[in-house]
Amino acid sequence: MPSLRFTEQALSDFMRSGGGSHSEIVISSRVRIARNLQHIPFPLLASLKQSEEVLEQLTPVFGGEEATEYGSFQLVKLVDLEDLDKKVLVEKHLISPSLVNESKGGAVMLNEDESVSIMINEEDHLRIQCLFPGFQVQEAWERATAIDDIFEETVNYAFDDKRGYLTSCPTNVGTGLRASVMMHLPALVMSHQINRILSAVNQVGLTVRGIYGEGSEAVGNIFQISNQITLGQSEIEIIDNLQSVVMQIIEHERNARERLLADSALRITDRVMRSYGILSYAAVLELKESAQRLSDIRLGVDLGILQGPSVSIMNELNVKTQPGFLEKMFGDEMSTTERDMYRAKLLRETLGTKN
Amino acid sequence: MLCQECGVKQATLHFTKIVNGEKTEFHICESCAREKGELIPGTPGGFSIHSLLSGLLDLEGPGKEKSAASKIAQTQACVECGMTYSQFSKLGRFGCSSCYKYFNSGLDPLFKRVHGSTLHVGKIPKRAGAQIVVRRQIEEMKQELGISILQEEFEKAAELRDHIRRLEKEIAQE
Ligand SMILES: [Zn+2]
Ligand SMILES: [Zn+2]
Repeated sequence: MPSLRFTEQALSDFMRSGGGSHSEIVISSRVRIARNLQHIPFPLLASLKQSEEVLEQLTPVFGGEEATEYGSFQLVKLVDLEDLDKKVLVEKHLISPSLVNESKGGAVMLNEDESVSIMINEEDHLRIQCLFPGFQVQEAWERATAIDDIFEETVNYAFDDKRGYLTSCPTNVGTGLRASVMMHLPALVMSHQINRILSAVNQVGLTVRGIYGEGSEAVGNIFQISNQITLGQSEIEIIDNLQSVVMQIIEHERNARERLLADSALRITDRVMRSYGILSYAAVLELKESAQRLSDIRLGVDLGILQGPSVSIMNELNVKTQPGFLEKMFGDEMSTTERDMYRAKLLRETLGTKN
Repeated sequence: MLCQECGVKQATLHFTKIVNGEKTEFHICESCAREKGELIPGTPGGFSIHSLLSGLLDLEGPGKEKSAASKIAQTQACVECGMTYSQFSKLGRFGCSSCYKYFNSGLDPLFKRVHGSTLHVGKIPKRAGAQIVVRRQIEEMKQELGISILQEEFEKAAELRDHIRRLEKEIAQE
């Protein structure tokens, strides 16, 4: 089995290049659009043969060797992947858990820098996902809709005059658009304002969830904010609404950070330095603790308490400390304790004195 | 997010139920949703995902007389994929794009609750939706025409009128 380059490195090239505004608070922006083909049952009911037909219709669109405007695409079928590679792709947000667990004939097309990920036979026949670093929802949407147009030149979508793009789940019908922004909000959490803000967000047609967390609990103060409504609003309205709400949250987080620094500089400096010390010297680290400590360090860098590591290294560590990636780097099939040990080793070697 | 029922699988169905102004959120995986009549813990009185969706679809609302229409709707199946309406309400997923046509009568209340709206106003596929695009364009131009007449911009109005006629002819020919 050829090694999959997409699971070799933790950070996709597009994330490495950095960029995007407000990157001290917004980690990444993602747009996903769901589409289905005419006259074939949705993946939930499609036979294996029908799923293969979907694959045959969709893959040639970006299947050619020649590079497109968005890079050249590699088709990866889920059946050809090792379990560990699947896990890593999920941790990098390049595929969804349901493509791994529930899909018949599931596949993904990835471009070189991994900023575009096209899932086939997930909950819908086609899911086009574009990821950008920082706050670039608009850019992500523009790319996704352009790729959508390219597909539409060749295939017939299930579309209804009244209901829009028809999707398997009633919560996606209409635009099929899910736009989301991943945000690091430590100061709002520390100052206990987060719940008030999140419930306000819920009232304007957006949802919030923690990433990598169990339940809706956020690990490492990272939250994902996305639109809930897909019918009755145009794509532009959805994007605008999300952008303006995110802008307001950025503003609140900034104010909360300034207040932290003004009111409790010593306490916050102590917290950041302790976390830095622990990540630099600990021998065993659970995921939950490492995520929290990484969040402290990220905040410390933003507040000027710490010099470096760079945002890109922090983003990389968030992915590399996940279970799948640790196993990928240090050996398959680890016990929890082994993982906690290798997690500590990785962090020591990246942040510590490297002795 | 993990399923709040089994705590093992990824929750793929997310619902918000509002009772007396109080909002409760549900995050459930597909297999749990599939289990008929399964109760959701932590809900006063408890109700199943089945009755939740049915409630949204206004089929089996508590204490409600079942109308003749809803009885028909319940036994109705999508001719293309064979999914029945009650299967759909249990799964929370359509089986194929034709389900939208066959279950149409029951969908407006659901979409209203989930999206606050029942009509798509967004992007239209260029090729397949060429007619729809033109029809929307005609609608917009008719409104513009009305305004320009009110504002006594008759030259502009005449131009618009001719343009509308041209577009309507194009559609009729296709
Ligand atoms: Zn479950
Ligand atoms: Zn159907």
